[in-house]
Amino acid sequence: MLELLQRLGHKTLSRLAAIGRAGQVLVQSLVAAPQPLVMLPLVLKQIYFVGVLSLVIIVVSGGFIGMVLGLQGYTILVDYGSEQAVGQMVALSLVRELAPVVAALLFAGRAGSALTAEIGLMKATEQLASLEMIGVDPLRRIVAPRLWAGFICMPILAIIFAVVGIWGGSLVAVDWLGIYEGSFWANMQQSVDFYDDVLNGIIKAVCFGVVVTWIAVFEGYDCIPTSEGISQATTRTVVYSSLAVLGLDFILTALMFGEL
Amino acid sequence: MRMRTVEIGVGAFMLAGILALVVLVLNVSGLNLSEQTGGYKVYARFDNIGGLTPRAKVAMSGVQIGQVTAIRIDRDMLMAEVEMEIFNDVDYLTTDSSASILTAGLLGEQYIGLVPGAEDEILGSGDYIRDTQSALVLEELIGKFLFNKVSE
Repeated sequence: MLELLQRLGHKTLSRLAAIGRAGQVLVQSLVAAPQPLVMLPLVLKQIYFVGVLSLVIIVVSGGFIGMVLGLQGYTILVDYGSEQAVGQMVALSLVRELAPVVAALLFAGRAGSALTAEIGLMKATEQLASLEMIGVDPLRRIVAPRLWAGFICMPILAIIFAVVGIWGGSLVAVDWLGIYEGSFWANMQQSVDFYDDVLNGIIKAVCFGVVVTWIAVFEGYDCIPTSEGISQATTRTVVYSSLAVLGLDFILTALMFGEL
Repeated sequence: MRMRTVEIGVGAFMLAGILALVVLVLNVSGLNLSEQTGGYKVYARFDNIGGLTPRAKVAMSGVQIGQVTAIRIDRDMLMAEVEMEIFNDVDYLTTDSSASILTAGLLGEQYIGLVPGAEDEILGSGDYIRDTQSALVLEELIGKFLFNKVSE
């Protein structure tokens, strides 16, 4: 019994310490004197790896999710004779919820895990330590560009996801199921509001980008520098960032759309 | 050379993001950045607007000729006042046109349907449409029906 309590206390304390270290990593790598000339090429390279190379999975899954939404929406709405509302349904669910959330989950799996593994391997092969030896702060040289790249890429990926998804939905609804194109788009435009829906979706995507990249980079930086430690850290990245995205999504939705 | 592909890739990525945002703004949310899209304002008072919302379409014979820009309560008449913007090339709305709030389909969007009258004078900017017909509210209809049944 006592041992159980002890273990519980130990676990809680080490979690707390990890959260503290995560905050430290974030602050130390972001609140540094800006060196645009050094940082910009590094950030560009990371945007390429984190964002550009994630485009394929984002576009393909966005298209399929939009098509599924169109198909499902149609089969439900056609019972009520209001199948024109399918555009509204597809657009609202994508812009408000699915685009930020699914893009963030895919981003965590595609880019977050890679970030963790990369930084973890750098730590295991003592590259971070040698950087420190030659007087370069690894937080600023390695961690900061990856953080910035993640922050920048995530909203862009979410927007692309939404657009491709709506295109996929219109492909199914208008071209295959034969809903009148005019009412499909008119219904959508009438119900989607720029500030309430589009902007809130983008705010969500920014928040998710910060959280996912932060978790990924921190888990890599903080991992036990062995091959087992790296594998555990990569798993933790995907699990924690998925949970964080879904939990945060509820909070953000309640703040934006709820009457709280 | 390697750095060059990275730069081009990132540039294309950013451009795709901005383009996607523009598509989202213009095509999906139908946001009008320029308020003066070319149209004149016409007003109409309704007893009940039902579920009409701003940006609903204004149609004649089912063809869109404008959109609702604002809805408010007229404090003097205690009625709903709807402000609509009619496209500039629509110059055939007579002063005795009638406006009614209609529904597209059973559960569809609500819109304003205009029917021109027989006068020679044309509606101009700031004019009011006198002849209006409110939205069909299902509860009122059922209420009337029940009332008639009882009184029979």
